[in-house]
Amino acid sequence: MLSQLALLPVLLPLIGAPACAVLRRPTAAWAFASTVAVLAFVAAAALLQATARQGVIHYAFGGWAAPWGIEYRIDLLNAFVLLLVSGIAAVVLVASRASVWHDIAENRRTLFYVACLLCLAGWLGIAATGDAFNLFVFLEISSLATYALVACGRDRQALVAAFNYLVMGTIGATFILIGIGFIYMLTGTLNMADLAQRLPGLGESRTVFAAYAFIVVGVCLKLALFPLHLWLPGAYTQAPAIVTAYVAATATKVALYVLIRFSFSVFHLESSRLALSLEAVFISLGVVAVFAGSLVAVFASNLKRALAWSSIAQIGYMAVGVGIGTVAGVQASLIHLFNHALMKGALFLALAAIAMRVGGNELQALRGIGRRMPLTSAAIVVAGISLIGVPGTAGFISKWYLVTAALAREQWLLALLIVAGSLLTAVYIWRFVETAWLDQNPAQPATPPQEAPPLLLAGTLLLALANIYFGLDTRLPVGTAAGAAAGLLGDSAAGLLGHPPAPLPGAGAP
Amino acid sequence: MELLVNSVLLMLLVATAGALVVVRGLLASTMLTSVYGLLSASFFVTMDAVDVAFTEAAVGAGVSPLLLLLTVAAIGRGEPRAAGALPILAIVLVTITGALLIIGTLDMPPFGSADAPAHTHVAPRYLQLSGEEIGIPNVVTSVLASYRAFDTLGEVLVIFTAGVAVLLILATPGQRGSARPRYTPGSHSEPHTILQVVSKILIPFILLFALYVQFHGEYGPGGGFQAGVIFASGIILYGLLYGLPTVCRVVRPAVVETLAAVGVLLYGTTGLLAMLDGRPFLDYSVFAANPVLGQHIGILLVELGVGITVASVITVIYYAFANQFEMAEG
Repeated sequence: MLSQLALLPVLLPLIGAPACAVLRRPTAAWAFASTVAVLAFVAAAALLQATARQGVIHYAFGGWAAPWGIEYRIDLLNAFVLLLVSGIAAVVLVASRASVWHDIAENRRTLFYVACLLCLAGWLGIAATGDAFNLFVFLEISSLATYALVACGRDRQALVAAFNYLVMGTIGATFILIGIGFIYMLTGTLNMADLAQRLPGLGESRTVFAAYAFIVVGVCLKLALFPLHLWLPGAYTQAPAIVTAYVAATATKVALYVLIRFSFSVFHLESSRLALSLEAVFISLGVVAVFAGSLVAVFASNLKRALAWSSIAQIGYMAVGVGIGTVAGVQASLIHLFNHALMKGALFLALAAIAMRVGGNELQALRGIGRRMPLTSAAIVVAGISLIGVPGTAGFISKWYLVTAALAREQWLLALLIVAGSLLTAVYIWRFVETAWLDQNPAQPATPPQEAPPLLLAGTLLLALANIYFGLDTRLPVGTAAGAAAGLLGDSAAGLLGHPPAPLPGAGAP
Repeated sequence: MELLVNSVLLMLLVATAGALVVVRGLLASTMLTSVYGLLSASFFVTMDAVDVAFTEAAVGAGVSPLLLLLTVAAIGRGEPRAAGALPILAIVLVTITGALLIIGTLDMPPFGSADAPAHTHVAPRYLQLSGEEIGIPNVVTSVLASYRAFDTLGEVLVIFTAGVAVLLILATPGQRGSARPRYTPGSHSEPHTILQVVSKILIPFILLFALYVQFHGEYGPGGGFQAGVIFASGIILYGLLYGLPTVCRVVRPAVVETLAAVGVLLYGTTGLLAMLDGRPFLDYSVFAANPVLGQHIGILLVELGVGITVASVITVIYYAFANQFEMAEG
């Protein structure tokens, strides 16, 4: 059984999706999809334990040795992303029923869950594979399924948003395919480990340069890194409430993983002549994303749209970490990948509950929501202060590691900008607090409390509490990210000891 | 001679692509898309990629222009003239991308060179050993159905996803009154007697040919993808000439939707059986005492899965589009 463990997280939704399509009753489809996601999460957790204990786990499909066959090489980074994505998917799918019944017509609910499982299979397949073309195939699965899910939104505008996403996403996928085609032509192999060995021998080939450029631009489109973010606000705002929670907490994270994997494992960016210029590109685009995204979020009149723009800002932080390019920088980026998924998962699930009760996420309509839905609103505040980066929350850990990584390279200005970005976050979270508690809705002065449906509420609270838990007990994200970053940059000694940029911030840190 | 054929085909491709950008009418664009697909298929034939050419001819030149046609027929053929000045930023971006593509080719191994890395690293083993290891003459089938079978499972899932996506977005009978039947009789199906007679003669051969391509994929160009597309085009031809309600009586939509999932499940189960025996996913050697025979059986099964899913999904997509068209008509 253990020898098959590497494949299980991917295989479960992969086979589960067509099996789910045969089910007739939507409730059965929901129960089935949730079970599959939970099992995938359990398998991913076991896999992370196994990789932490025994190092890289190999799996040769069909019994054919790499590079002739397709291979999984699960290291800490793969297992970390698998755990995060399957975990979020499990929580969101279990919590999804009420919101999906509210948003999706009855005859489409089964197919909706099939598409959710296809998405999950795609994301997990990307995160697990050790083969560049296999990565592309699974990218296509997840992309197509995501476009369809976004198009299911209640408003007809969702179709336009999904179409924009489809066009941008397809350009991104095509660029990635061109890049992979180029490196295949130069090396004759598609296996990532094999590529990593053969690419350095080619020296400063212009084709390698072009290949990397195509892959980076393609992945950044999927990642929605500023200025390639144009599809994101529309897609997140118009998608059904559950889909936004499902996609926001996972899809961009998987794209960031692909960026990191190709940059450091396949192309060895750190030892390339390109490193300096790319460092500047990622850091400056990241900083611009932080400020542009946060500023638009501050002025947005719809909370869902505000949080969509906030995602663009948070992706900026992750790009900065990649741009810093040291073990500490990549580690900070990975920690934020993990923590941001928890924040946005909680926030968008809470918005799904509010949309059910209020009929939308316009700030106007949310006046007094703090009294009508106290627990859901509290979850938004908890995830919100984590988003700001207040000590004691997961968000603080992200920012702490990012700032120390910047300071370690004596980038004082960058560190300052990272902190300044948090202040902007505080503004739009405060706007919600103000609307929810301080602003009374004159139209309905005394509405009785009407909380979210139990499962949806439980999922929201679970993710919100995770923001506190991982702010206090940082072993899982920080330790795994340290090992993964060290593994990527080939500095295992420094990384496994944590390479602590500063004393670990505990519960009552500065 | 080959150079001449290649150059002419490529120049025609460029000209068609240029015309596609310039032309305004949606009907004209659709026909040009079909031309583009046919030219691509011919180009693939000259590149000795007959397997790909099969699919491109059926999908690129046939099915997808048909879907576009149904859409154009439903929404009207005019395209509003784009307002405003030249999209300068877009032109600059496209130029940069094009330049990058050309720069990328500069350090590439020369076209067709025998000692290019693509021909010297992984590929030789496929060519030299697949005869012993898998024992079928068509190396392409060996690679895609066994050495890289997991990719192919992924591709089948991509096709399945496309079907799910279309059904999620298009087949919305509940939207305008729940009692509405899903596939309403069309008003456009006035009989085209000559076409109907000819197609009735043709369709059995098309279906037979699809089965030949399906089960002959180990020996010659072909396999599940090609067979599925050809099979579906036979069904679609019937639907075009006899109307959607008739073809839906012959090939019921609910059945096809289930079959789309069954094909993927057949592929997946074939892989799972190896796992039950403690071998890696998709290791076909468990199917028989003789591993080469096991490979044969495994490839036959997964190709069958591919064929079923591809034929079903393409039929499902056609049904959804045609249904949309009939709703616009009625």
